[in-house]
Order: sequence, then structure tokens, then C-alpha cells
Amino acid sequence: MAPFLALLKRDLKLAARHGLDSFMVVAFFVLVVTLFPLAVGPEQAILGRIGSGMIWVAALLSSMLSMDRLFQQDYEDGSLDLLVLSPMALELLVLAKTLAHWISTGLPLIIASPLLGVLMNVSSAGYGTVILSLALGTPILSLVGSIGAALSLGARRGGVLISLLILPLLIPVLVFGVSAVETGLADLPSRSEFLILGAMLLVALALVPYAVAAALRQALE
Amino acid sequence: MLSQAIKPHAMQVKGSAKMHRFANPTRFLRLVSAIKPWATGVCLLTFAAGLYFALFASPPDYQQRETVRIMYVHVPAAWMAMFCYAALAAASASALIWRHLVADMVARATAPIGAAFTLLALATGSLWGKPMWGTWWVWDARLTSVLILFFLYLGYIVLNGAFDDASRGARAASILAVVGAINIPIIKFSVDWWNTLHQPASVVKLDGPAIHMSMLTPLLLMAIAYTSFYIWILAIRVRAEINTSKIRALQIRRVTASDVPWNDS
Repeated sequence: MAPFLALLKRDLKLAARHGLDSFMVVAFFVLVVTLFPLAVGPEQAILGRIGSGMIWVAALLSSMLSMDRLFQQDYEDGSLDLLVLSPMALELLVLAKTLAHWISTGLPLIIASPLLGVLMNVSSAGYGTVILSLALGTPILSLVGSIGAALSLGARRGGVLISLLILPLLIPVLVFGVSAVETGLADLPSRSEFLILGAMLLVALALVPYAVAAALRQALE
Repeated sequence: MLSQAIKPHAMQVKGSAKMHRFANPTRFLRLVSAIKPWATGVCLLTFAAGLYFALFASPPDYQQRETVRIMYVHVPAAWMAMFCYAALAAASASALIWRHLVADMVARATAPIGAAFTLLALATGSLWGKPMWGTWWVWDARLTSVLILFFLYLGYIVLNGAFDDASRGARAASILAVVGAINIPIIKFSVDWWNTLHQPASVVKLDGPAIHMSMLTPLLLMAIAYTSFYIWILAIRVRAEINTSKIRALQIRRVTASDVPWNDS
């Protein structure tokens, strides 16, 4: 477990030293949400109706934005080679890197989301479900996104490529994340949506590291 | 001692030799050349017969009237969209596991065909949806997951060509194809899980098809036609792939053999 924690600590430290990156993701998140009232019009009722969906879409886009630097730097300076060569299972190391990525980009999004809920006129009863759905959903975004990050290592046009590869796979997460919030806002039991989100998180947690490790191995071959 | 250690491995290789027989491009090319004329013939015949039954010799539906004929183009296209992805994922998986050159080629050749079938299914479904549902497009589970399937095909094709080293692109795209296979059961069962506009399966059911013979005949004929069309086009594309790689090998050999300025010492 020591290498897992060491890698987690290293990546978090790197993220903290480049504090601007995390800040940029949150700024992008807020900015995208800000665009919608300007485009759709500022009627409070419409914003309240579409607010939770907008927040989810913005979270999805901003986590894609930060995805390309998950492995890119390590790939360029060669530390990824060392990670692959290390005796620790690559799948666990992948999990450590993804966890660090989620803490440095997903967590700030969750913290910023109630603020956006206020801006988008989502009724205050919905903040809890927004936070909970993002808490279950954003780790899935980081996990599945890491597949795209690993697959597009060394490709031309890496950043856009990741979105094209990964966004289709993330649509179910978006659908259930938003419907969890919506049913919660409509005072209906949203338990089943949260259970499905949780199930998707567990499946991703169990299977994604294998795909990412395979992708990294072929990238370094 | 040494022979004992090697023996089980040798037996394993012998056991799977039958399956790996066609990993050799030349042998596979011979197989493809043998199959191709048959696929062409079956495709042309069943297409002609299927279209005749679909357009002239089958009754209009009592509710959908003449628009039911779109179904004979739409349903087999949707089947093939899923079948091609299953083939793509299976070929990609065997390319990843056994490093078969031919499996890579089959996967690469399948992707554009499958994308075309998916687009055809989406377009014809949209044409049918306008008179029947009153809209070109609804965001229901089946339609959305087929659209996702189309984007998966696109992602596969783009990733395949995104690397300067073609073999890297092939391997990365294979991993993506295997990961994307999770969408196939979602498409299949989306109409059962979610109660949506799209009707549930009526042909492939445990208690027999819920569709009359006069409509089942053209549907099945068209399904055979589509499948043999896929095999026909796949044969052409795989042959082109193999020939391209042969030409590339020849070119490389000529460049390295000829008198290039930097090795004419």
C-alpha cells in the first residue's frame, strides 16, 4: 500500500504546486454555467427547471478539460516508464493517479456546485441531491476519463480526441445524475437513481483500472 | 526436466492451432477469396427477392399503412449495426490477446461498415418516426444508445488514425472497442428496461415471433442480404488492407536495399 500512498501524495503535491490548474477547472465550470442564462434568458423559472442539468453538463465538460494532463506530463518526462516498471501492480497505481486527479479537480467542482445552484435558482431543497449526485458521479468521470487519457497518449490532437472517445461512454452517468436531482426536486423517491449511480461507480472502480493499465502498457511499448 | 516444462505449452499451442490457422494473412486471403463470390451472389439474390417482397408482395400494416415498408430497411440495418460492433469488439479482443495481424485488419475494416449501418438505421428510423410519432427524433433510450453507438464507431475510427505509428493506433483503438462493448447490452435491453416510444423486440422472442409470415419473409430475406453484404464488403476491405501492408513492406525493402546517399559506403 505504501507505493499507492506515495504516488497519491506526490500527485496531490504536484497539483497543489500548480494550484492554478484546479482553480482553472472550477473557473471553467462556473463560466460554462454562466453562459446558459445569457443564452437561454434570465427567467428564474426556466433556470430553476434546467439548472441541475446545466450544472451536470458543465461538470462533465470541465472534468474532460483537465483529463489530458493526467498522464501526459509523466509520459513526457519518463516517470510513467518507471511506474510501469515498478513492482507494484500498475492497476493500483492507476487508481492512485485517478484518485489524486479526482481530489484535485472533482472535489472543487462539488464544493462549487451549491454556489451555482444559487445562481441557477435551483430550489434550496435540491442542493443536497446535487452534491450527493456529483459526489457519486464525478469519480466515475475521472475513472472513465482516465481511459481516454491513457489511450490518447502520444496521439495528435490529444485533448479533443479524449472528449470524442469518452463523452459517449459518460452519457449514462449524466442521465442518471441529472434524473437523481430532478426526482429529488420533484419530491419523488430518488433512491433508485442513486443506487444506479453507485453501481456504475463500483463497476467503473473494478474494471477501469485494467483497461487503463492495458492502454498505458501499449502506449509505452 | 526441460522437456517436461515445455510439454504443456506445446500441447496448448497444438490445441489452439486450428483457431490460429487463419492468423496468417496469406491463408486468410485465400479463405476470403473463396468466400467472396458466394457472399456477392447471396447478397444480390436476397436483396432482389427481399426488396420485391418488401415493396410489392407484402401487405401494408393495418395501423402504419405503407410506412411499414421502411421497417424492412431499418430493422436489419439496426441488427447489423449491433452485429458489426460485436464483430469489431471480438476482433479487437483477439487482436489484443493473441496479437493477430488479421484480427486487427478485420476490426479496422469492420468499423466504417458498421458506422454506415448505424447511420442508415438512424436515418431510416427518423424517416419512419416523422409520420408515425410526429417527430424526426425523440430522446428515448433506444435512439440515444444507438446514437452513442455511432459515436463509438467514430471514436474508434479517429483513434485508429490519430497516431503516426499505425500499429499503436490499432492497439489503442482495440482497447476502446472492447471498453465500448458495454453499450451493446444497453442497446439490446433499453426498450425493456425503460418504457419508451420505441417498440420492444417482436421478431427474436422466446415464444416465437409476434409478426405475420407475410412480413417476416421480406424481413428475414433483407437480414440475410445485409449480412452477406457485410461479408462481401469486408472481404474487399480486408483484401485491400492486406495488399496495402504488402506494398508498404515492399517499398520499405526497396528503400533500404537501394543506394540511398547515407549508406553507399
